[in-house]
Amino acid sequence: MDALVQLLDATIRVSVPLLLACLAGLYSERAGVFDIGLEGKMLAGAFAGASAAAVSGSAWIGLLAAVGIAVFLALVHGFASITHRGNQIVSGVAINFIAAGSTIILGQAWFRQGGRTPPLAGDSRFNAIELPGAAALRDVPVIGTIYSELLSGHSILVYVAFLMVPFTWWVLFRTRFGLRLRAVGENPAAVDTAGISVTWLRYRAVICTGILTGLAGAYLSVAQNAGFVKDMTAGKGYIALAALIFAKWKPVPAMFACLLFGFLDAASIRFQGMPWPVIGKVPVQFINALPFILTIVLLAGFIGKAIPPRAGGVPYVKER
Amino acid sequence: MSTPFAKLPAWADYGLIPVLNLLVAFAVAGLVVLLVGENPLRAAVILVDGAFGSGQNIAYTLYYATNFIFTGLAVAVAFHAGLFNIGGEGQAYIAGLGVSLVALTFDSVLPWWLTFPLAIAGAALVGALWALIPAYLQAKRGSHIVITTIMFNFIAASVMVYLLVDVLKPLGSMAPQTRDFLAGGQLPKLNFLLEALGLSVRSAPLNISFLLALLMAVFVWALIWRTKLGYEIRTYGFSPKAARYAGIFESRIIIITMMISGGLAGMMALNPIMGDQHHMSLDFVAGAGFVGIAVALMGRSHPVGIVPAAILFGMLYQGGAELAFEMPNISRDMIVIIQGLVILFAGALEHMFRPAVQAALASVSPRSMGVPAAKGEGA
Repeated sequence: MDALVQLLDATIRVSVPLLLACLAGLYSERAGVFDIGLEGKMLAGAFAGASAAAVSGSAWIGLLAAVGIAVFLALVHGFASITHRGNQIVSGVAINFIAAGSTIILGQAWFRQGGRTPPLAGDSRFNAIELPGAAALRDVPVIGTIYSELLSGHSILVYVAFLMVPFTWWVLFRTRFGLRLRAVGENPAAVDTAGISVTWLRYRAVICTGILTGLAGAYLSVAQNAGFVKDMTAGKGYIALAALIFAKWKPVPAMFACLLFGFLDAASIRFQGMPWPVIGKVPVQFINALPFILTIVLLAGFIGKAIPPRAGGVPYVKER
Repeated sequence: MSTPFAKLPAWADYGLIPVLNLLVAFAVAGLVVLLVGENPLRAAVILVDGAFGSGQNIAYTLYYATNFIFTGLAVAVAFHAGLFNIGGEGQAYIAGLGVSLVALTFDSVLPWWLTFPLAIAGAALVGALWALIPAYLQAKRGSHIVITTIMFNFIAASVMVYLLVDVLKPLGSMAPQTRDFLAGGQLPKLNFLLEALGLSVRSAPLNISFLLALLMAVFVWALIWRTKLGYEIRTYGFSPKAARYAGIFESRIIIITMMISGGLAGMMALNPIMGDQHHMSLDFVAGAGFVGIAVALMGRSHPVGIVPAAILFGMLYQGGAELAFEMPNISRDMIVIIQGLVILFAGALEHMFRPAVQAALASVSPRSMGVPAAKGEGA
């Protein structure tokens, strides 16, 4: 029981950056702007967050910096792919490289710790929050353990991430903005005909993406870890992208996909080198590759079909 | 697909605009150099001197350029069919298997000039097969090739770590790499070519795969512009609908193009494995597959542009290493930024200056734009 709770606890912690990045991608891709640059925005956010938190001593200023830089990069992506109708994938790839290179160069130049930022502690980091009544319920069997061990004791960004799931669902499926955002990803010409600016709508979508990738980055460097390490996203942006496809561009399935991929990650660390029943020892590299393999199997149409937003990846050209 | 931009004269399209884009990319890179407190002009001088200052440095520059010619051509071939192969990194990585298995099998039996063609075939075959699966899924199942090739990069990395750590590593060795190849698995150096020009080279890894890369550039040019298949590839890339209407078999084009692309990316593995290190180690590709994207965009997917673009990136790699000695604040990761900026300005923002250039040209001489000035923007 204890081992299981610990495993699930680890799952929640490693799923959060995936979930935030995945929801980030959801806004952008639902609006018809593909975003391969989730990884880069998350990385830049993590770096800016840890740097600002280290300098200012406040985790919240770190969070602000992380969101700021991620939104800036999202706007660069928007400028290239919405305003200048450039190739969205090329633009995303570019942002990933710019973020990967500049976080190392600037980190080394500013802090001289081999690409690390100074370690964060106390108020410069998001610390664990004890949910009300967690201590009182600790001794209640099952429910008490789940509440006090599994649900309580995370940083505030964990709760924000999971609250973003219903919020995103509500925005996308219950508000006028959400309806228009989805419409612009399916048929921008129709939205344009209705007198709504395709450009402004898509810009708002990529700004949402920027905010959420910034949160994901800040979580990595200011909450989950105490500082920035070079290349700390380590492909999480791409796993989030895989989860987004796996979830067929829907918020609630996105959460489950991220939890599944997070569980694989947590389990691969925990069970490294342990023999499995029937199949024997599974190489850890196989578990690491599993999210990607599963996504490809899904994309191949063997477990349901993933159909992306129809206007995704296509710049909108207004007829004159 | 109708192009949203008016046509420019060829010299502006292939000369002025790419140069403008590059200048902006390097200007922004200069800003980053300023931001870390160094002088960008001094950095540029050190960089160019580090890349071309001596025979030794030139040999290194060309050694790196070899990698980028292969991966740049790989990306370009796919671009011509409208496909974006981000998987060059993984295809090159996994193709290292083809090279090493050939070298490990024959290095004690055959001379290098017999091992080399076998290794070329091995590299191209394994690279092509790694590209075949995403190509098949795109052609038959409609899975987006960008996503699948990204996923295949990660899968390739996992497979190679597993193989190098658990399978290919010789018994009793700690380092995750294959055993060293004997003379039959080592490619001859090309340093004598530079020495014939009066330059001195102490020891540089420039080897015969550089010539293979140039040969492949000619091959790609002939394939794309001088064969029926190349015509079909370009037709499909220009308009899949028109290609279908013309009776071009869609899935055949996707699969063949991606296999050629994967094969070219795969050949990159020859250069570091047989040409320099004489064994296969972890992460020997070191990002060359991704540099290929920048090289192809900069070279406008034409071999005549790709070879100089690859040499430019070779220069950045080699000069960047020298720069890191002189300016400790600037490590080789600076190249990654420049690579990103080149991809951004020469790729995603390639049309940014087009309206301005067009307006400027139209105001200077309206007739050169092919439209009467009074009518304004055509199309």
